[in-house]
Amino acid sequence: MNTKKRAIWVFGDYRNYFQNRVTLQLLAKANDLAPKISAEVCAVLFGQGLDQYVAEYIAHGAQKVYVVEHRSLKNYSVEKYAVLLERLANDYQPETILVGATSFGKEFAPRVAKRLGTGLTADCIGLKITEDGLLLQIAPSFGGNLLAEIITPNHRPQMATVRPGTFQEIPHNNELRGEVVRLPIQKDLPEDRVRLIANERQAQRDQRIEDAPVVVCGGRGMGSKKKFKKLFDLADLMGGEVGGTRPVVYAGWLDTDALVGQAGKHIKPKILLSFGISGAIQHTAATTEADFIIAVNKNPNATMMKMADVAVVADASQFCTALIKGLKARIQA
Amino acid sequence: MVSELPWDSKTGTLRRDLAEGMMNPACANALEAAFQIKRRYGGDIITITMGPPMAEEVLYEATAMGADRGVLLTDPYMAGGDTFVTSHTLARAIEKECPDFDLVLCGCHTSDSETAQVGPQLAEELDIPGVAYVEQLEINNRTVRMQRLSDNFFETLEMDLPGLVTVTTQANAPRYPSLSVLETAFGKPDISILGAADLGLEPETIGVQGSPTKILDVYSSTAKKKNLIMKGTAKKIVDEVFEKFGDRISGAIKKDLKTHYHEKKP
Repeated sequence: MNTKKRAIWVFGDYRNYFQNRVTLQLLAKANDLAPKISAEVCAVLFGQGLDQYVAEYIAHGAQKVYVVEHRSLKNYSVEKYAVLLERLANDYQPETILVGATSFGKEFAPRVAKRLGTGLTADCIGLKITEDGLLLQIAPSFGGNLLAEIITPNHRPQMATVRPGTFQEIPHNNELRGEVVRLPIQKDLPEDRVRLIANERQAQRDQRIEDAPVVVCGGRGMGSKKKFKKLFDLADLMGGEVGGTRPVVYAGWLDTDALVGQAGKHIKPKILLSFGISGAIQHTAATTEADFIIAVNKNPNATMMKMADVAVVADASQFCTALIKGLKARIQA
Repeated sequence: MVSELPWDSKTGTLRRDLAEGMMNPACANALEAAFQIKRRYGGDIITITMGPPMAEEVLYEATAMGADRGVLLTDPYMAGGDTFVTSHTLARAIEKECPDFDLVLCGCHTSDSETAQVGPQLAEELDIPGVAYVEQLEINNRTVRMQRLSDNFFETLEMDLPGLVTVTTQANAPRYPSLSVLETAFGKPDISILGAADLGLEPETIGVQGSPTKILDVYSSTAKKKNLIMKGTAKKIVDEVFEKFGDRISGAIKKDLKTHYHEKKP
């Protein structure tokens, strides 16, 4: 009988901290799941000079932090990190490993899963524990129009990646205590066969539509280029970004890079306001990760209206004007 | 429509054979990258796909555009596989059909499930260096130099061949075959069709049986929405929206909203 305490591991992805808080969000989710299987929540991180992250992870709910620090781990390395996590997982046998679906995580996690001979579910939007104590992984499938409930019944660890912003982090709490387990780097750790030649941090960009908490999307139903411009006023008021459908881009009402669709940007705002969009599949597939959709259309049977949390049967342009007015009146100075 | 795709409750997978057979967008970019490499450095292009028999169409298409030959992996036992067994199956096919390969190019993800996991797992299976989400690549002797944007970092990377690269849709502009070229290609395509037995793969190690992940259920992502319908004058609806969802809106826009709003009397 295995006397070791069960564990849920969260991979510490700190490269873009503070902007990217997915590790903290996963620690919060792990804390939500762990009591149901009497597990402890652990963070695992590799690199150099990691003390601030160790402290941060403990303050956000890590009961234990495994740390491997070495100058050769200073730069993120998919292959080296994958071998390290594989070996650690073999030593400590966690029930579950959660990885943030950052660019790095999405390349790293599949390789770890393959090395461990286990399953991996990509981009989970929900994680639960089943009656049998398994990790229920809820992930979008088929262009995001379907959600699949996935389990890994016979292989361990159970692995999932989760997109940033999916879960809420626990507020920072300095009272929390955690154990820090420092592990030496293994001497036989292979060199990464991929060599990093240059690594330049990109200048902080303006808010991208993909990350915007509010997206205002418009379609041909807005009526004209002039009326479409009102959507920008609404977005400004809400700290959001404007997107649109292909016909609107073709008509020159909107720049191509603001196209929301399968061939354009995929969005996941907290609120999506959809104005005069009927809802062609190429567009809706890129909006299914929106938390809450308010759609406005004269036609109550439009696909977008059926997909929405709130379907407003009205002229898109007129309703936009009324909403701007209503919002201005309510925003506290 | 995609959301009406049939869900096969017996095998617990999507019936992809009933979906439209078309080349995945990112794979078209990977193929274009292969054409550009061939033009500059020479080489043979072999395209491989796994899927229902009709997936052969994308191999015709690739051949019509300039690929040298195609390999279709199709077998009922291969159906419903997750990325773990898919990468395993592809690796065995590559080892059998083109063991002396220099470079494996993959689309960075599929447009249907978008897991982006097969490429990195295939690199593990073949035990070669691999780099995902590549936007530019050039080859010097046996070294590939690649550029990509990874999270907020512009990275320049190098690896020695043989290696594996997954290509983004930003990498290039894929060409499209003209109909006449396509028709010519239908005349004499060099396409091999292989099943599990041809690759020496036991049924329990591939497809739905061999997959570590199991799908319990699939449902429409919108099924659980309430779909509240609001009608009336624009102003009345706006008031109703704020009354019911003011907290949610306030949270998203990070601004306090007056909860009890009364229009100013003139």
